[in-house]
Amino acid sequence: MTLATATKRSARGAPNRGGADHGAWFLVLPALIPILVLSVGPLLYGIALAFTDSQSGRTEPTQWIGALNFQDLLHDTLFWDSFRIGLLWAFGVTVPQFLLALGLALLLNQNLRFRWLARALAIIPWAMPEVVVGIMWRLVYHPDAGVLNETLSTFGLGEGKDWLTGTATALFAVIAVGVWAGMPQTTVALLAGLQNTPRELHEAAAMDGAGAWRRFRTVTWPAIKPIALAITALNFIWNFNSFALVYVLTQGGPGGRTRLPMLFAYEQAFRYGQFGYAAAMGCVMVAVISVLLAVYLVGRLKGGDEA
Amino acid sequence: MMRTKKSTRAAQYVALAAYLVFLAFPFLWLISTAFKPARELGSLDPTWIPKDPTLENFRQAFDEQPLLQAAGNSLVAAVSAALIAVVIATPMAYVMARHRTRLAKAATGWVVVSQAFPFVLIIIPLFLILKNLHLINSLLGLIMVYVVWSLPFALWMLVGYVRAVPAELEEAAAVDGASRVRTFVSVVAPLLAPGIVATAMFAFITAWNEFFFALVLLKTPEKQTLPVILNRFIGAEGVADLGPLAAAAFLATIPSLVIFAIIQKRITGGMLAGAVKA
Repeated sequence: MTLATATKRSARGAPNRGGADHGAWFLVLPALIPILVLSVGPLLYGIALAFTDSQSGRTEPTQWIGALNFQDLLHDTLFWDSFRIGLLWAFGVTVPQFLLALGLALLLNQNLRFRWLARALAIIPWAMPEVVVGIMWRLVYHPDAGVLNETLSTFGLGEGKDWLTGTATALFAVIAVGVWAGMPQTTVALLAGLQNTPRELHEAAAMDGAGAWRRFRTVTWPAIKPIALAITALNFIWNFNSFALVYVLTQGGPGGRTRLPMLFAYEQAFRYGQFGYAAAMGCVMVAVISVLLAVYLVGRLKGGDEA
Repeated sequence: MMRTKKSTRAAQYVALAAYLVFLAFPFLWLISTAFKPARELGSLDPTWIPKDPTLENFRQAFDEQPLLQAAGNSLVAAVSAALIAVVIATPMAYVMARHRTRLAKAATGWVVVSQAFPFVLIIIPLFLILKNLHLINSLLGLIMVYVVWSLPFALWMLVGYVRAVPAELEEAAAVDGASRVRTFVSVVAPLLAPGIVATAMFAFITAWNEFFFALVLLKTPEKQTLPVILNRFIGAEGVADLGPLAAAAFLATIPSLVIFAIIQKRITGGMLAGAVKA
């Protein structure tokens, strides 16, 4: 009622006497309602589901079972495997991704010819649908028709090797794709940080006879550290939560070697219909991510102070 | 200006060339595969440049899967989600940027936290809710999910654009007796137009590329979006008809690449503002 009145008055352009905040509320509600109904609500519902035996297609009513799902998770070796693989994958992707991106950002910050080409190419992995990235790399890794084996075989290596289905190679193969797919975004973020670094500092350091490594350590790194920490924490979280890329590449195979936590939870929920169990798993992931998020937020606040 | 030694320069160019190859080669391979006739794909000695380039794979791709229909579904979902997202996010972003109320702070906190969320905890309850509303296997249900899913980043970007609008303009409007809503509609929104367009384009790409929600919520091929249909090309055993698969994948990428090329700079700004600044 109040809102409607405020709107009518506003529409006529009359001053909004005494109801300054009604206007603000009116502007916020169109987004706030969907957020509450479709995001915050389901989140709370999801946490509640973790304490039930909710399953798909069951006739008996869903019941509260306390922490039973969490107890089962503790003893579920498949879950722990996926958790371990998720951490390996997240580290394995985030660290090389950061180092490569830092290298590329430092290069692009130099006055080199063709650097525009690197910027143009960086759009490809960034803008592509993850499904297409997965398909593309399946073609690269293909045992017979793939470019990787073809290239390796000219050096007498990797004849007919099936990278994505070999138990020893599958995780490495998907990690390489993850690095490729996420590198440009990190590069661009770091590059923006580098470009905010005052040039004079570099020149002064060079005049004082500081070598490249020393200049990096004393001038460049302190300047980009807040961005680097924030983007790395965020990348780690995003990678830990990945789904589409690995789903398209291996479906979690061979024998679960690339079954990331999200793939495990997806299977539990939508292949086996174990909604309560999968929700419990989601809760565990949230707990882990909260710790990482705290690291990210601290880094972000520091960045805000220095900016 | 600092002088760089010739040997250092040479090393830098070698490194840059290595990066260019690393970034480009999978994409070039995808294109090459898309134009290869079946007989060349079957050969055990693959080549970079097709000897007999053909469009046959593209024709076959459209025969094998309902690509056009899927592209139509993707277009409907992505355009609707993008439009709805910016229409509801812009006013909220305005309030978040201009008013340091508890609500604005809570919204900012939500935006940060939601970037880090594992979707599985959201999708199970959403699946159950949408099922009760008979919105499973419906683009409408998917659009609702996409709107909320693209809101955090849309708000992120838009808050940055609002902050760039000089507050004096609004004060002038307030002195003239305009209400908050009116100030927003007739003073702020027009100045935000380029930012709103960039944000909508970004929301479009996010929805166009999205796979997980679409995989869970859409059950039949007639309703499925492009990424889900593309995944159907890869059979249950992981065996795929490589040529048509490459052709379809290549086609699906073009819209995102074009739009992204246009708005890339603006996204970088928005991303940095979001990731780094408070």
